[in-house]
Amino acid sequence: MMIQVFGVPIQALLGQLLIGLINGSFYAILSLGLAIIFGLLNIINFTHGAQYMLGAFAAWMSLTYLGVNYWVGLILAPLIVGAFGILMERLMLRRLYHLDHLYGLLLTFGLALVLEGVFRQLYGVSGLSYTIPQVFQGGVNLGFMFLPYYRAWVIVASLTVCFATWFVIERTKLGAYLRAATENPELLQAFGVNVPLMITLTFGYGVALAGFAGVLAAPIYQVTPVMGSNLIIVVFAVVVIGGMGSILGSIVTGVALGLIEGMTKVFYPEASGVVVFVIMALVLLLRPAGLFGREK
Amino acid sequence: MAKKRLLTAIVTGLALVMAVSVASAAGLSDDVLKVGVMTDMSGAYSDLCGPGSVVAAQMAIDDFGGKVLGKKIELVSVDHQNKPDIAANKAREWFDTEKVDVITDLPTSSAALAVMEVANQKNKITLISTGASTKITNDNCNATNVHWTYDTYALAVGTGKAVVANGGDTWFFITADYAFGHSLENDTAAVVKASGGKVVGDVKAPFPNTDFSSFLMQAQASGAKIIGLANAGADTINSIKQAKEFGITQNQTLAGLLIFITDINSLGLDTAQGMVLTTGFYWDRNDETRAWSKRFRERHKNMPTMGQAGVYSSLMHYFSAVEKAGTDEPAAVMAAMKSMPINDMFAKNGYIRDDGRMVHDMYLVQVKKPSESKGPWDYYKVLRTIPGDEAYMSLDNSTCKLVKK
Repeated sequence: MMIQVFGVPIQALLGQLLIGLINGSFYAILSLGLAIIFGLLNIINFTHGAQYMLGAFAAWMSLTYLGVNYWVGLILAPLIVGAFGILMERLMLRRLYHLDHLYGLLLTFGLALVLEGVFRQLYGVSGLSYTIPQVFQGGVNLGFMFLPYYRAWVIVASLTVCFATWFVIERTKLGAYLRAATENPELLQAFGVNVPLMITLTFGYGVALAGFAGVLAAPIYQVTPVMGSNLIIVVFAVVVIGGMGSILGSIVTGVALGLIEGMTKVFYPEASGVVVFVIMALVLLLRPAGLFGREK
Repeated sequence: MAKKRLLTAIVTGLALVMAVSVASAAGLSDDVLKVGVMTDMSGAYSDLCGPGSVVAAQMAIDDFGGKVLGKKIELVSVDHQNKPDIAANKAREWFDTEKVDVITDLPTSSAALAVMEVANQKNKITLISTGASTKITNDNCNATNVHWTYDTYALAVGTGKAVVANGGDTWFFITADYAFGHSLENDTAAVVKASGGKVVGDVKAPFPNTDFSSFLMQAQASGAKIIGLANAGADTINSIKQAKEFGITQNQTLAGLLIFITDINSLGLDTAQGMVLTTGFYWDRNDETRAWSKRFRERHKNMPTMGQAGVYSSLMHYFSAVEKAGTDEPAAVMAAMKSMPINDMFAKNGYIRDDGRMVHDMYLVQVKKPSESKGPWDYYKVLRTIPGDEAYMSLDNSTCKLVKK
């Protein structure tokens, strides 16, 4: 006799929750990168989705052209994408700091379109294959669902990286410097800390997180030029709900929204595309700073 | 003064004479025949039609000699991004300001339906090749449209019947949530039930979509023997890959209701082997298809899909009809198209019905095992030729108002 919740057997529900957790892990790591960049640097990085896509492509290219395996790709791709981010910051974004937020938004948005267009021209849109690494092939039958090993790895990897990042920022000296640089860069610089370098490296790290998410995604979602644009809008909504500057908020909200979206897919699938935005609208009406945010 | 008046009079007279003679000559409107390929250049369907369809159209123009009734044939193309509003607006612009005479390809049934409506209002012809919904020749049929390559009913009759006959009698559908998906699901469900099977459930997935894990799990929970994929292109590829990843293919069988050869190329024979599907064209079927496909491949990196072959075939027939009618005036051309059979690499003894349906044989094929394939694109074995009159819905059941019963 199966227990049913609102007409859905408990097995199916647990399975969907697990899927929601997997999606939530992606949201968490992507919104973490965005939150770092916005929270600490006040830059609205619309290129984040394209950088996620670059990470996936870097992994695919290094596999196809250089023959490196998934594990090397997992480290190499974020480094490449992070380096690209640093270049972006040094050459372009730096000139816009003294201007309104919106200019940064326009620049990053335009860059995203250019990147996507270039890759679409080169690689079409059907998607490139990236095989799941041998060690992760297959899965385990949990009774209520069959969990592919690779998807379990995604949850572990992203949540580990998320919490490690949160720990560094909130609990270590380096993180303290970072947070100080946001509050009062001139004062910190007076103490001898190289603030511009810190900003550049932080931006690079935020972008590298997107690249890392891209490598994680490559074996399970198609490696396509538009994979980022599909995701970026949802991720922005997640960051807004969590609170634009809050690191912990973005992680927790990312996972929670993944779970909520998963539930919606079971009970009312047609709404699964919009549920995140409905929640965002509600949060903005009731708590504009976001669930974990502080009013600046 | 008198001289100037005389000059003015002569010039006016000449102008009038020329105007009259241009108007009375039967011939091409605007002195050119302009073909518009409206397709998906960058989205979920771009590999199965897209740039390849433009190549096919150019081939048709070149093979016909580049001219008809002594005037040049021109080609324009556009990406409608699978959005009906963009498609309809572009169609209006093409007809009103760019003198386009015919629009072809039109993937994404919602866009195809929108454009054929606009074309009908402006009295222009549409030749739908990649668009699939049976609504095109039923509720939404009109006198200026031809539905060339296939439709969701033919797919249902081909694949649906074959799968049920093979023991697959309980079905769960994963459906792309728009006109095409609904049409394909409805037609296939009807065939399944008529063949003695049962539909145990369905779920509508957003279009386009990348992650099908949640929907596949619902399919798995339903316990159906067959999971019918009422979607196409990148959606189908993702569904199949993820089904394999989640171990669903161990206990259940996937039925890809609309599959193109480019999808098999993307998936690889390892994943796709054994799948049964219905197609309107296969490049390796006979010498004629091979010869034409070889020429196509010289211009485009992939082998032709049925949609692309359909663009070529429909345009060649259209050009012949314009020549026969002596004009590009739609009613005359449509009459000419219906009066001539279609005999080319695409169809043998094909004909166009009153509802706009081009009736031709379809083919039930199975994807080869990797060991059975002797080279790139050698993917299918043809199991059965489905005669046109069996593949397409009988006019007795048609809801098209043009059909006299």
